[in-house]
Amino acid sequence: MTNEQNPSLLNTQRGLQKSPTGINGLDEITNGGLPSQRPTLICGGAGCGKTLMSIEFIIRGALEFGEPGVFMAFEEKAEELSTNVASLGFDLEQLIQDKLIRVDHVHIERSEIEETGEYDLDGLFIRLSHAIDSIGAKRVVLDTIENLFSGLDNQTILRSELRRLFHWLKEKGVTTIITGERGESSLTRQGLEEYVSDCVILLENRISNQISTRLLRIVKYRGSMHGTNEYPFLIDEEGISVLPVTSLKLNAPISTDNVTSGIENLDNMLGGDGFYKGSSILVSGTAGTGKTSIAATFANATCLEGKKCIYFAFEESPVQIRRNMLSIGIDLNQHLNTGLLEFHSSRPTLYGLEMHLVAIHKKIKKFKPDVVILDPITNLITVGSVSEVKSMLIRLVDYLQNEQITVMFTALALNNTLNEQTDEGISSLVDSWLLIRDIESNGERNRGLYVMKARGKSHSNQVREFIITDNGLDLVDVYLGPEGVLTGSARETHILREQTGIALHGHAISRKDREVTRKRKVLESKIAGLQTEFESVEEELNKIYQEEELKNRIQEQTRLEMIKKRKGIKGKK
Amino acid sequence: MATLEQYWELRLYVAGTTPKSVTALNNLYKYCEEHLHGKYKIEVIDLLLQPQLAEGDQIFAVPTLVRKVPVPIRKIIGDLSNEEKVLVGLNIIPLKPKAIE
Repeated sequence: MTNEQNPSLLNTQRGLQKSPTGINGLDEITNGGLPSQRPTLICGGAGCGKTLMSIEFIIRGALEFGEPGVFMAFEEKAEELSTNVASLGFDLEQLIQDKLIRVDHVHIERSEIEETGEYDLDGLFIRLSHAIDSIGAKRVVLDTIENLFSGLDNQTILRSELRRLFHWLKEKGVTTIITGERGESSLTRQGLEEYVSDCVILLENRISNQISTRLLRIVKYRGSMHGTNEYPFLIDEEGISVLPVTSLKLNAPISTDNVTSGIENLDNMLGGDGFYKGSSILVSGTAGTGKTSIAATFANATCLEGKKCIYFAFEESPVQIRRNMLSIGIDLNQHLNTGLLEFHSSRPTLYGLEMHLVAIHKKIKKFKPDVVILDPITNLITVGSVSEVKSMLIRLVDYLQNEQITVMFTALALNNTLNEQTDEGISSLVDSWLLIRDIESNGERNRGLYVMKARGKSHSNQVREFIITDNGLDLVDVYLGPEGVLTGSARETHILREQTGIALHGHAISRKDREVTRKRKVLESKIAGLQTEFESVEEELNKIYQEEELKNRIQEQTRLEMIKKRKGIKGKK
Repeated sequence: MATLEQYWELRLYVAGTTPKSVTALNNLYKYCEEHLHGKYKIEVIDLLLQPQLAEGDQIFAVPTLVRKVPVPIRKIIGDLSNEEKVLVGLNIIPLKPKAIE
């Protein structure tokens, strides 16, 4: 499965052919799988998953890679195995019928056996060879061959025969897993590791603080690069998942896209657009400051945009969160119904930190969310030390950044004094850090929120009052009065006082306005009077002018008349 | 003797004709003739020819002698060179007890 996604892995390893296991994560650690046509030893104590890992190798080989396999069981019968893997969703009996898998149970009953003289294990060879040839197997599991040692006395023969067996398996060209019980001073009780030199995987079930964690480590892998750390693994209804959770590089892709926080004023404080997509956000504050409300608002806003969100709650049950959020007007139920929101609630003490990480990884891989919320991370301290929690969160943030998933943590600050380096030491890790503080004055407690940091954002340096209303969350400016910072009812009073001031001011302004109007009217009427006066004077002047002209014309006419009368017609000019 | 009424059905599993299997077969015939004259049946199975039979009798070492009858089933692995062990293993009471060697 993993290999199909990354076929280049095989090509780069020219020297060594590998058989992918198909087990989540194991192929990444081993850089492609187990060494092909060679034996691999899986060792570990009782109940650490040796048999399960080997049977999964066989089943996935048959189902996903077309390589039939033989499972030679020295401990369990075929029916028992079928029952065991049925809980992982594999139908072993069907696979046996389809001739993809063959299970051969080797029963060694000490009380039935007597040894006398020389013998060899050809019987086992022949059985194995017959099983391999009957289905054309490419993979073989011997679980666990050490049982031979308890059934037979002659160690010399056994050891030389085992050496011959592994040699024979190599020649046969099958990829083999041998399981072995952990010994006191050696990896296996019978020193099987001396026969298997190609690849040794150690499984462990470690208990610290009463919490057990399954761990896997590759002790050696000849001729191949491999991860050397201890990797936690998980056995659940889908089989084994191993996660190579530490990435050494700091080259995660970055995005300039933004996601809204669901609180408009908070987005404004962060430069107007909210958080960067794929960034990590820490919300910290003392008890009851509304961290969960901020987280739920963020989840709500994400889902309203049609994006997917996964919410890991370590303190409250999903039902409880949903009920509480309804009281501030956030309906998360609708998003659960549309499938955009998923809740996962678990007590931190359910399993170890690493297992939490593995479980979170798995759920994220499956759900592929845009936003992940962890509420609160402080509770994880109960199952690990501060440095362990930090390293776990680093790995989680690392993974989420690579996947371009935005993550929001909430953290409970234990005291009210501002400690710049607190909060599980992850403040240096996160991209944005919102801090909610209690501001206590005038006999009441109010919340103040500010942005401690926001990488790559021109964020506000202001403290805002953070208020929780029936319709959601909001941020309002706090007032800086002569008595200091004003919040809550003091702020309300201040606002009231200011409003009164505004009203008085407005009243004064309107009175002045009216006076101006009045003055204008007076002036206008004066202007009208002057206008009329001017018109009458003008008319007078006009009248004199017209009379003058008329008089002139008449005089001219009379003069012409006179000339005519005196000289007859001739006088016309 | 209680063994008089009993009948021994023995099966010897070998893998090809190896020195070990030849020795085992010779030893077996010798003991049977000596102690179980006329009351036994020996079946020799070569696993190289019939590998599918190995699983039924839970054979993993060769040579292996399986006592099918009388029950319970007993198995003796090896070339049967130690007569005493074979007789004890097959639950045969020797006719003439041998001196301790």
